[in-house]
Amino acid sequence: MLYREAGDFKTSYAKDNQTFPIKFDRVAYYILLVVAFGVVPFIINDYWANAVIVPFLIYAIATIGLNILIGYCGQLSLGTGGFMAVGAFASYKLMTAFPEVSIIIHILLAGGITALVGMAFGLPSLRIKGFYLAVATLAAQFFLVWLFNRVPWFYNNSASGQISAPERSVFGINVTGPHVDAWAQYMICLVFVFASAWLARNLTRGTMGRSWMAIRDMDIAAEIIGVNPLKAKLTAFGVSSFFIGIAGALLFTVYLGAAEVGEAFGISKSFLVLFMVIIGGLGSIFGSFAGAAFMVLLPVLLKNILVGALNWPTDLAAHFQLLIVGALIIAFLILEPHGLAQLWRVAKEKLRLWPFPH
Amino acid sequence: MKLKLATLALSALMAAAPAMADLVYPSLSYRTGPYAAGGIPFADGYADYFTLLNERDGGIGGVKAKVIECETGYSTEKGVECYESTKGEGALVYQPLSTGITYQLIPKVTADGIPMHTMGYGRTSAANGKVFSNVFNYPANYWNGASLAINHLLDLNGGDIKGKKVALLYHNSAYGKEPIRTLQELAKKHGFELSLLAVDHPGQEQKSQWLQIRREKPDYVLMWGWGVMNQVAIQEAVNIHFPMENFIGIWWSGSENDVLPAGEAANGYKALTFHNVGHNFPVFDDIQKYVVDAGKAAGNGDQIGTVLYNRGLYAAMLAAEATRKAQELSGKAQITPADMRDGMEALEITEERMTELGMPNFGPSFKVSCANHGGPGTGAVQQWDATAKEWKLISDFGPSDMDVIQPLIDEDSMAYAKENNITPRDCN
Repeated sequence: MLYREAGDFKTSYAKDNQTFPIKFDRVAYYILLVVAFGVVPFIINDYWANAVIVPFLIYAIATIGLNILIGYCGQLSLGTGGFMAVGAFASYKLMTAFPEVSIIIHILLAGGITALVGMAFGLPSLRIKGFYLAVATLAAQFFLVWLFNRVPWFYNNSASGQISAPERSVFGINVTGPHVDAWAQYMICLVFVFASAWLARNLTRGTMGRSWMAIRDMDIAAEIIGVNPLKAKLTAFGVSSFFIGIAGALLFTVYLGAAEVGEAFGISKSFLVLFMVIIGGLGSIFGSFAGAAFMVLLPVLLKNILVGALNWPTDLAAHFQLLIVGALIIAFLILEPHGLAQLWRVAKEKLRLWPFPH
Repeated sequence: MKLKLATLALSALMAAAPAMADLVYPSLSYRTGPYAAGGIPFADGYADYFTLLNERDGGIGGVKAKVIECETGYSTEKGVECYESTKGEGALVYQPLSTGITYQLIPKVTADGIPMHTMGYGRTSAANGKVFSNVFNYPANYWNGASLAINHLLDLNGGDIKGKKVALLYHNSAYGKEPIRTLQELAKKHGFELSLLAVDHPGQEQKSQWLQIRREKPDYVLMWGWGVMNQVAIQEAVNIHFPMENFIGIWWSGSENDVLPAGEAANGYKALTFHNVGHNFPVFDDIQKYVVDAGKAAGNGDQIGTVLYNRGLYAAMLAAEATRKAQELSGKAQITPADMRDGMEALEITEERMTELGMPNFGPSFKVSCANHGGPGTGAVQQWDATAKEWKLISDFGPSDMDVIQPLIDEDSMAYAKENNITPRDCN
């Protein structure tokens, strides 16, 4: 009744192609932006920022990145953890080598460096596909972690191999280091998330995105109709790694503050982001957010319910948390193999017809 | 979005329930994951000591102690969540039992004014209290451990280990890499050959490292391992018939869980320790009476008297004593984290006090000061007796080579101070 497109006429192509064609969606989107930028920074506290929102935003960027590669271009990758490590270490080297340059530029450059590394590791995708490519990217994961552990130059020869983010500010407000306010941490992540999502959305509906999707759907057909597979696959790897690199840089600088490559960027990170993509929904920007939210928020929520409210022992709660999250993932994949994004699409469809379903 | 909003609302409800008016000791424990074998006994010991104080003495200085457990699974990301969720409840001191989480929390606790005690782990150079105002690692740290291991080798060889081959088998993380610098310096000083063998997290796969040990035939193997890595390493050493008495672990590689799986063959394996072993101390009678018999033991209650349980107990004892000191200094029973920090800095543990607490000769006597947060750095060697299934001390608590360690501490802490624009405190 409320959610419908009747009377919402489009008079130009631009309007017809907009991201949110339904007015209700558009309004909801603007309200969300106003709340995210205008309200949340004033009410957020340390716990919310550090435990919930900041990791959610950062993983959302990583998920968008991987979704471009897997969901839009159809190239399976298990190297996400390694690429995030490239972003983290690139930002660390840049921050310590050029302390006078703004951290925003460092994070963007870290994304750029990761894009180059990603393209280099994407080269095998021209010859191999599917599971074989997954194995090749798995090699990237292990190689990169090994590299950052092995070569002391990457961690400035520190005794322990740990990298720690020095204090940096944007417009005179600290965004990294210990003396950082929750809202500043939140805002810098939000700005990057907003920019990434906007960029990703517009890339995926343009020429580049269409060529990615053509490759995904059938690469031989795409080649016949004139899509250059070299260009399409390498741009997908590059753009995807760019976002993943930014996520890695933010994870290290803003969220963790100190990181150790084997622990923070191990193979489990690659799988975590892959799960986020699959649960959220392949080939959907909204799905990336939903998947990241599911995987980041659910464990914290379960922990707070089981330990905080029900006073269970922490180990029992931790085991149950694994059980519940695992069972939910399986349930989701059986009931809705296309992820949370599809669930959302179906819900919208139903809402449009409500209350007259036929 | 709906899911997110519901989540937000629900967990907001959950997060807001702080109970003040207790002395809060968060325990960032890990009872799950590949390091649980080490995490469980430590967490049990830590919790049981405070339960004992509550049941027997009615708390510390009349105020009940409250231990909030938070499961980290040894993961740094969960460590952040645990820190943020507990710091608002008036947490007095953090003991994360993870070097990775320690590195992450050092700047945070310093900014929030909460002390952190990393007993025998963490960042070694935090021993320099001039730079690390809120971080304490008394009574011993990794570099003491490295030196103590080499001292033991010197003892075995009549003071000369020139030309001997020593291999370090280490967990490839901040934790495992900590002793390398010190061992390199000591190798220069004593003229032994050091070779490094890294084992990746979680440490189940060590075939190639032990193949290398078999090929290179080092005289001694030192181990910096944790969790499942220890058991696997000892089993592998048994498999290649490496003489167990030449295999020495750091104090995190010397618990019952590490040697029991290898059975009889693990007999003679050595490990360092900075506190006493066994359960022949009067405090254990009280624990039995007030905690176990009352059904209030943490976990399954089956870890009492094990090496890591004792370590948790010792950590809790030091925290409780620092709290007493803080209550004495500030003149109030309900202390703040800042009072606690002052109490830790003024802490003095004497033999008389430990005897009073039912823990005679349990650890070293020492005094913490503004400049020295690292304690005396003494330790002993314990050896596994597989037939009796117990650890036995085979040496006295001896000193480590501070001539080598102190310059390294100064160098590393000053580098940290420079990186983070910290002006060292004036400690006079």
